[in-house]
Amino acid sequence: MLAYIIRRVFQSVIVLLVVGLVAFAMFRFVGDPIENMLGQERTQEDVERLRSKLGLDQPFVFQYWKFLKAAVQGDFGVSYRQGRPVAEILIERAPSTLELAAVSGTLAMLFGLGLGVYTAIKRNGWVSNLIMTTSLIGVSLPTFLIGILLIYVFSVELGWLPSYGRGETVTVGSWSTGFLTSSGLKALILPSITLGLYQMTLIMRLVRSEMMEVLRTDYVRFARARGLRESAVNFKHALVNTMVPVTTVIGLQLGSIIAFAIITETVFQWPGVGLLFINAVQFVDIPVMAAYLMLISVLFVGINLVVDLLYFIIDPRLRANGVGAH
Amino acid sequence: MNKIIDAWHSDLAWNFRNSPVAVVSFALVFVLVLAVIFAPVIAPHDPFDPSTLNLINGFSQPMTPNTYTGDVFLLGSDDQGRDVFSTILYGMRISLFVGVFAVAFAMILGITLGLIAGYVGGWTETIIMRIADVQLTFPSILVAMLIFGIVKGVIPVEHRDQMAIWVLILAIGLGEWVQFARVVRGATLVEKNREYVQAARLIGRVRWVIMIRHILPNVLSPVLVIATISLALAIIAEATLSFLGVGAPPTQPSLGTLIRIGQGFLFSGEWWILLFPALTLLTLALSVNMLGDWLRDALNPKLR
Repeated sequence: MLAYIIRRVFQSVIVLLVVGLVAFAMFRFVGDPIENMLGQERTQEDVERLRSKLGLDQPFVFQYWKFLKAAVQGDFGVSYRQGRPVAEILIERAPSTLELAAVSGTLAMLFGLGLGVYTAIKRNGWVSNLIMTTSLIGVSLPTFLIGILLIYVFSVELGWLPSYGRGETVTVGSWSTGFLTSSGLKALILPSITLGLYQMTLIMRLVRSEMMEVLRTDYVRFARARGLRESAVNFKHALVNTMVPVTTVIGLQLGSIIAFAIITETVFQWPGVGLLFINAVQFVDIPVMAAYLMLISVLFVGINLVVDLLYFIIDPRLRANGVGAH
Repeated sequence: MNKIIDAWHSDLAWNFRNSPVAVVSFALVFVLVLAVIFAPVIAPHDPFDPSTLNLINGFSQPMTPNTYTGDVFLLGSDDQGRDVFSTILYGMRISLFVGVFAVAFAMILGITLGLIAGYVGGWTETIIMRIADVQLTFPSILVAMLIFGIVKGVIPVEHRDQMAIWVLILAIGLGEWVQFARVVRGATLVEKNREYVQAARLIGRVRWVIMIRHILPNVLSPVLVIATISLALAIIAEATLSFLGVGAPPTQPSLGTLIRIGQGFLFSGEWWILLFPALTLLTLALSVNMLGDWLRDALNPKLR
């Protein structure tokens, strides 16, 4: 098991080094950093001085190493567009994205699990059929159209909820939160539904199909034969045994929520990291793009690693065999 | 002629005739593709010719004559007096063009790498499949956005708008190749030990001829399924990117760009500028998707 963990961690580090290389190559070769930092009026001496100051005259590997060292310490350079350190902007924007992701992730998980179990147990009820049909629409509608549809119904026609922004925020330390004001909470509703809907349907459909499979097995029938209560059979025996694939998907979807926040944040003009990234792509703000790439990679690779290692905790059979899932 | 009769009696054709969903979605796709091809003939206006536009026609309601000019627009007009029906036809052209070429690019790349990985094996396989695994952990739309941003940065500013469509194709294609590569590799691993491959090897055929002439035709049917589903994904990906403002340029608006523009008029009550492009996108993506779903089930012998 230890060997497996070490191998997995080693693989993750390699992936991150490659991503770092891509990010570094973006910095170094997309546009000229000197060009971007010095204005029109510059002398050859200025160029040379800046070149050696930035270390651009040193060997490639050395520059890459310096870049990685800076990135690990949270130094991602200065945004071309805003003229401020990227790290500073990211810290400022992170709370709004994380709050949005947390709310929609929780919604997706609760409703996904609940509805999945419900539709698996009451397989042929009309409520289940209604839920399944609605979920099909949820999967096939593009996220941005769902957002626009919600804005149209709840902001334009009914006027109940705000269509853009975070509402009022309260700053606690360096964290600005929308959880503490009523306008902040109201502003969270539409974006988190938009962001969570797809993940919810995904979790629901998976839980449903896994549950239906498990409910047919002998140990569930045996549990019923022992005269256990229906709820005990469904939750303690059936649901627990669907947890391996379900945890994998929920874990992997966590990263997707942060990534897909880009779309939701643009629809609702939510001042988060996703909106920052999309603006960076529009204006070719390389330092911001590179920083986002590295952060999201750490997130994705980290989640993948944790999910893989979680297998051991959830599924005792793997521990007994002493080999990894793959 | 015999071939046509054979095709009519084939399993797939029988399955098609007996699946209403398949027939309806195929008909929808067919009509939309025709509309795209004959867009210049069908469209009442050329939305890119400013001389045919009349600003007074701006914001005409669908199907009602404009108060000042009396012009009638089937699906209304936008703020510039452009006919929404025509912009949709031309927008769908861009959407389909990008979708089809992106999938074709992804398909060629994926099939090539998948064949090589499966047939050659060894280090080559490890490297290709590791890259595929890593890319698969990232959502393809995110990969497309990053590639779009990077390539945009490499291209000089004056060429950016002209090249945007091709950059989009490259970005979406590079985001989708993994599916093809995985399936083709899997199928190749099975096929390469079959007797016909051994026979071909025995008579001294070169590696790439065996891969292309012998193995490729036998791994194509799953590729067809993935291609259809990928097309729906690519159309939606393109629309999403253009909606976010990192896709088709304003000079060549796709359906996503039109929805982006239409969203601006949501609050002022001009719903038709948004609704009709959105409905068109949905119809296009959904019908292609359903066609793909049907094809997957029809080609899967386990489900029969």
